[in-house]
Amino acid sequence: MSRTVAEKKINFKIKNNMKKHSTWKKVISYRQLYLMALPAFIYYVIFHYIPIYGVTVAFKDFSFVHGITGSEWVGLEYFKFMFSGNAFYRVFSNTFILGILKICFGFPIPVIFALLLNEIRHVRFKKMIQTTSYLPHFLSWVILGGMFLQIFSIHGPLNALFEFLGMEKISFLTNPQRFRVLLVATHIWKSMGWNSIIFLAAIASIDTQMYEAAVIDGAGRIKRMIHITLPSILPIIIIMFILSVGNIIKDDFDQIFNLYNPAVYSTADVISTYVYRQGLEQMNFSYAAAVDLFKNIIALILVFTSNTIANKLDDEGYGIW
Amino acid sequence: MIKQGRLKNDIVFEVINGLIMMLVVVVTVYPFLNIIALSFSKTTTIGLSLLPKEFTLINYTRVIENNLIWVGLQNTIIRVIVGTSLTLIVMIMFAYTLSKKDLPGRVFLTLFIVFTMFFDGGLIPRYILIKNLHLMNTMWALVLPRLIDTFALIVMRNYMMSLPDSLEESAKIDGASYFRILFSIIAPISMPIIATVILWTAVWHWNAWFDVLLYIKDYDKMVLQYVLRRIVIEGASDTMNVMMESVNEIVPAESIKAAAIIFSTIPILIVYPFLQKYFVKGIMVGSLKG
Repeated sequence: MSRTVAEKKINFKIKNNMKKHSTWKKVISYRQLYLMALPAFIYYVIFHYIPIYGVTVAFKDFSFVHGITGSEWVGLEYFKFMFSGNAFYRVFSNTFILGILKICFGFPIPVIFALLLNEIRHVRFKKMIQTTSYLPHFLSWVILGGMFLQIFSIHGPLNALFEFLGMEKISFLTNPQRFRVLLVATHIWKSMGWNSIIFLAAIASIDTQMYEAAVIDGAGRIKRMIHITLPSILPIIIIMFILSVGNIIKDDFDQIFNLYNPAVYSTADVISTYVYRQGLEQMNFSYAAAVDLFKNIIALILVFTSNTIANKLDDEGYGIW
Repeated sequence: MIKQGRLKNDIVFEVINGLIMMLVVVVTVYPFLNIIALSFSKTTTIGLSLLPKEFTLINYTRVIENNLIWVGLQNTIIRVIVGTSLTLIVMIMFAYTLSKKDLPGRVFLTLFIVFTMFFDGGLIPRYILIKNLHLMNTMWALVLPRLIDTFALIVMRNYMMSLPDSLEESAKIDGASYFRILFSIIAPISMPIIATVILWTAVWHWNAWFDVLLYIKDYDKMVLQYVLRRIVIEGASDTMNVMMESVNEIVPAESIKAAAIIFSTIPILIVYPFLQKYFVKGIMVGSLKG
């Protein structure tokens, strides 16, 4: 008995040593690969991990003269300041309201679009719709912002349409409530086609036998769409929904910054635009860093949770890892 | 009878559906057409119309005569080429390393990069970093911070992982180095995903403007999108006045802006068929890994 135990122990030790040994051997045989990974590794350290260390400026009284390490610690002072002022609550709730509105309206539309597009039988018409609807995705918000400022302006075509219909002109760009509508609408306009791709791909992989069976049962196109197509892509709809809820706090800086103006700050000013103005226009580096850090921690929790749930729901792994 | 009734329903549905899709196309295309018409007009507004009012080419001449536009275009092209090539080299090498399933430290490296997708230092620390590295007002401030997009990296790694090991074996027996295996066997086979990443990176660089606002001070280093932003959104007087007032006549700002917008959209439109094909492919590869 005791002998076998001792033998096992020895065997284990030998195995362990061999394992260590072979690991070393592998490291050496792979040395070229480590060398190839080095530039990227250095990139991640410098451009991702140094800024992560850099969040300490939120707890310091940062100035460029003293640098990050030389500036004085002030603890949670900037966070206290943040929670004591109104501005923070305003940008925080603006971010959430816009995020929720964009999900409520912006999420279902690509799904519906994909479902309807799938029912278009004429191949060239279908291709034409796809080509057109993907285009805005490739254009920057500078181009689109310039365009929409024109389209939505008081003299622009949209107001000309209102006038033509005998309605009153609406100043979208200076009315805080209307501006929200503008942001949600232009967001949908830009992303609808592109966001439908993933659903179209899911639809393409549905077993056609199901449709054949439904046709024999006498189901019309609408019934087939609602009872076969929709349930078949429901898993991916749920996963995409969870992932987009996880991104709710990540406001669209490019969109808002290129469209907004001080007249609509009360509804359009979000965390990222506020951080930019506070930090790089007013030079309140530490305060801006504190606001940003607070946001990034919430984003971390949200994204991590949503990805974990999404990965649990589906083993095909639509989440980021 | 019943069958005919159903057929009728289907036809009604198809007609309505076709109309909805037409509406989508119109809503997408209309703003562009309106701005194009405005860009050929001599007025501040053309209302709902899609035809130019007082047709003129002067807006485009003013845009083309603006030196900043060309400087911006040139810098954008440089940025796209330098940025994309650097990204590609560094990313291919890293993705290949990470694709080796038995590489010691692979789990650590993967976590090391994935963490950066979840947590970001934020704007201020990044700005301080660029300043401390003395990259302010250089092109490197535009290229280096976006050297690797972690999502694209993971997509590329997954693609390389899906390749059979047998591809490399004969080369290994011949004593080829990993470096050679990567660039003579793996990279050519991974061309679909490499093409996708090239386009992702190139379009990102083409459209980027915020980093120029942050890090670039000199006019001769600005990129097209930023010059455009100064013209159409900030309406910056130094760039606008030059174009509006010239010896002969005053041209409305709106139509010049429209011409500038269309001018900067054209390059994307030219490569669009190509972009669409590979971008869509990339989305499939990226989202459906397994």
